[in-house]
Amino acid sequence: MLGRGHFFKWYMGIFLVFLYAPAILLPVFAFNDSSVVSFPLKGFTTKWFAVLQTTDSLHVAVRNSLMIAVTTAIFSTLFGVLAARASTRFSFPGRRSIMGFIMLPMVLPEIIIGVSLLVVIIQMGFELSLWSIILGHILICTPFCIAILSSAFMNLDQSLEEASFDLGQTRWNTFWLVILPLVMPGIVASLLIAFTISLDEFIIAFFLAGTEPTLPVYIWGQLRFPQKLPSLMALGTILLVLSISLLLIADYFRRRGVRKTGIENSGGFL
Amino acid sequence: MTWFQKWRRGEGAQGLFLISPTLAFTLLLLAVPLVLVVALSFWTQDYLTLHRTFTMDNYKTAWSEPMYQYLMGRSLKISMMVTAMTVLLAYPVAYFISFYVPPKRKAMWIFLITIPFWTSYLMRIFLWKVILGYNGVVNGSLMGLGLIEEPLSFILYNQNAVVLTLAHAWVPFAILPIFVALERVDRSLIEAAEDLGDSKLRRFFRVTLPLSMPGVIAATIIVFIPTIGDYVTPRLVGGPNGLMIANMIELQFKKANNAPLGAALAISAMAIVTCVALIFIWMNKKYIRGAK
Amino acid sequence: MTQPIIQLKGFDKFFGDFAALSQVDLDIKTGEFFSLLGPSGCGKTTLLRSIAGFETPSAGSLYIDGKTMEGVPANKRPTNMVFQSYAIFPHMSVAENVAYGLKARRLPKAEITTRVAEAIAMVGLEGFGGRASHALSGGQRQRVALARALVLKPRVLLLDEPLSALDKKLREQMQSELRRLQRAVGITFVLVTHDQEEALTMSDRIAVMFDGKIAQVATPQALYGQPCSRRVANFIGMMNFLDAKILSTSGDTVEVDVQSLGKLSLSLSQATGGIEGCNSAGVRPEMLTILTGSQTAEREIEAVVSEVFYYGDMTYYDVRLPFKEEPITITMRNTAGRTVLAVGENARVGWSASSLLLLR
Ligand SMILES: Nc1ncnc2c1ncn2[C@@H]1O[C@H](COP(=O)(O)OP(=O)(O)OP(=O)(O)O)[C@@H](O)[C@H]1O
Ligand SMILES: [Mg+2]
Repeated sequence: MLGRGHFFKWYMGIFLVFLYAPAILLPVFAFNDSSVVSFPLKGFTTKWFAVLQTTDSLHVAVRNSLMIAVTTAIFSTLFGVLAARASTRFSFPGRRSIMGFIMLPMVLPEIIIGVSLLVVIIQMGFELSLWSIILGHILICTPFCIAILSSAFMNLDQSLEEASFDLGQTRWNTFWLVILPLVMPGIVASLLIAFTISLDEFIIAFFLAGTEPTLPVYIWGQLRFPQKLPSLMALGTILLVLSISLLLIADYFRRRGVRKTGIENSGGFL
Repeated sequence: MTWFQKWRRGEGAQGLFLISPTLAFTLLLLAVPLVLVVALSFWTQDYLTLHRTFTMDNYKTAWSEPMYQYLMGRSLKISMMVTAMTVLLAYPVAYFISFYVPPKRKAMWIFLITIPFWTSYLMRIFLWKVILGYNGVVNGSLMGLGLIEEPLSFILYNQNAVVLTLAHAWVPFAILPIFVALERVDRSLIEAAEDLGDSKLRRFFRVTLPLSMPGVIAATIIVFIPTIGDYVTPRLVGGPNGLMIANMIELQFKKANNAPLGAALAISAMAIVTCVALIFIWMNKKYIRGAK
Repeated sequence: MTQPIIQLKGFDKFFGDFAALSQVDLDIKTGEFFSLLGPSGCGKTTLLRSIAGFETPSAGSLYIDGKTMEGVPANKRPTNMVFQSYAIFPHMSVAENVAYGLKARRLPKAEITTRVAEAIAMVGLEGFGGRASHALSGGQRQRVALARALVLKPRVLLLDEPLSALDKKLREQMQSELRRLQRAVGITFVLVTHDQEEALTMSDRIAVMFDGKIAQVATPQALYGQPCSRRVANFIGMMNFLDAKILSTSGDTVEVDVQSLGKLSLSLSQATGGIEGCNSAGVRPEMLTILTGSQTAEREIEAVVSEVFYYGDMTYYDVRLPFKEEPITITMRNTAGRTVLAVGENARVGWSASSLLLLR
């Protein structure tokens, strides 16, 4: 009979294969010298990356997505800072229900958010544009930002703020000189997470995209054409590397923040 | 007037003031649109013109038309299967990280488990298609090993493929809350149970599992509710029999130009899912109380 | 008469329905080392934070230097605070921490530099100016917090249990250093502590607080020698209590019937909290002696030793008096030739009527 340690060893092995199968196949096919995405592999090539360089419609989509992701990151972090600060520092009537409501998009199906925003925009007589996607993305990214920023604000010793005030500084300057520098790592992490989520979001973007595609919407369109698949694999590889680098950077800043405020690192990402 | 000035300087007012932009944004872009969707579901649309007279027709159609009934039932079934599979897959992983991994390495393991989630969402689904396909990785390996003669065809373009792909997408979201709940379990309680002579299995079912139930519930909700709204996975790997209600909602809003019916379908789906989730939470409360 | 630097009149502070401070009247004199002493949760921190401006009173008024502090925010008050957690800004160096308040006042750069250097030297941290503040020990953080507040030359320095996070040895060292510092700068110090020894050794005057109220304000000697109630007497040092009944008062003398000791006539001044409602007589353990051989005392009483605690230089005896259930404690210095009694032995206890206090 197998011991328990053996059971977990086998289980985790199989689980990790299952979990990583797509992520590993992505670069495998990206460098595979064949125009069909299937086994057996044919040989090594970087030509699919070169194809990406000359695809103009892709460049447009990338530009759109970058614009959306940067704007989303800035605004959802801004909203996140306000909400996280309010909920960790002040007690006000209805705090729990207000926070619950703001965090709701985290569990709501994205299609509901997409549909409801679509209805509003059409009813108000606006045109669908990149801005409608941005609004939707801010809505779903803000809860993630709040989750990260709340822990940053909670780690902040309140007497630091009082000390600054006591030493004669104004509240406004206290915010800039003491609070902001100490939660900065959290803000950087929040920006990066929101950026990453927005860059990859498809369901809402597909509902709200007007004539201009985002990167995932572009990919969706290309998935229908078998001859485009290898270059999509190359694109996916680039995105994967980019996402992971951003996440590692975000985690690095989060850890640095934890160290700076002098609190023991309890681990755990997000 | 003075009470007002006092209040204005007090904590409550400052907190409300700070949170107001975020709250206003969420109200404007979540609450108002949701209300509008509800309203829309009681209206009718005739090609592009909207009739704003109250009618229950959309709901009648949504609940009586066999196709919608069938789709709704299948979506619910698929969502439940995805949730069950995800939680069952996630629990041992969370348990392993919480109980077997040394504390210093836990953060690294959690990171390891979240990485695949950051692969492009569409690519990930598409790659499952490659893995499960007729000439795919699984069939290729099995034939290479001589285990099968013909490629298996039951693994792609059906509900199984949808369940597998969705479970893969959601498993990190299920591991995290269960892991957090397991971390909170007081280790001395487990030792106490051991001390009292419970066997390992009994100990798990009588102590560890009930104590980690809040995490399991959170995982269930986090997976179950959003899953019903996915229309990409069914479209890519589900084949004709794997389509779900979200595909129909999308169709009504986009190609069929019947937004009111789409709204009624969306709200019905949400209502059903919420009910199921609430029943599940209620049953668990009873279970936990029973275990105590 | 000089004006008190801090004056509280009828000061109340409510948290919801809970009265953290009620009807506090307090005068703190200019230049004194004043301590707020009391058990945990009695409202010491709340009182200190009210003076600093972090809590607004529910009723009553506060004057600093004769000026009302109503509506004056913390950053405009002539007080500075040393926080219990020290609240050193972790992202700034020692010198930057100390310069923080000076920069807020927009002083010229040169002046800031010299004053920072002075303040750092004053607390004995020469050469640590460039040190990152998270690389400091507990005692060093404490000094930085002191320098950061003192460099602003406040009228009052408020300290909230500044020594409680330090180990015993360092705490004793910092106690004398704080006292020295206070004498050197001449600033009024208001110290919060729950450690009676700390309060007694450091302060010019002490306010003892219970349940949000001030029980007594006095010098350390007066507080120890003439506590105003059983509760204060018990909180400051040790005291033995015997039931007492006032029989009559006439002029300056009081006739009392004290448990075990019998009828006595005492001076009215021995009722340190006023004669009203006195129902016990208190005596400090060191005011009693165990007589040996031919030693005699003003008054004597027979007792039985019930417990002995030997401390080397001192011996603590618990002895049982006739007609009293609870044993009383006597502390004796172990001088040459004095034998330590054993449990169960008889002891002659010497006492004097003048060492008794009449308390509520
Ligand atoms: N912000 C607050 N809200 C509600 N109650 C409070 C608040 N601050 C203090 N209290 C209560 O007021 C009482 C006095 O608190 P305070 O901190 O002044 O006590 P303390 O004498 O400093 O005690 P310690 O020695 O433990 O620091 C306590 O019972 C405390 O619970
Ligand atoms: Mg306190």
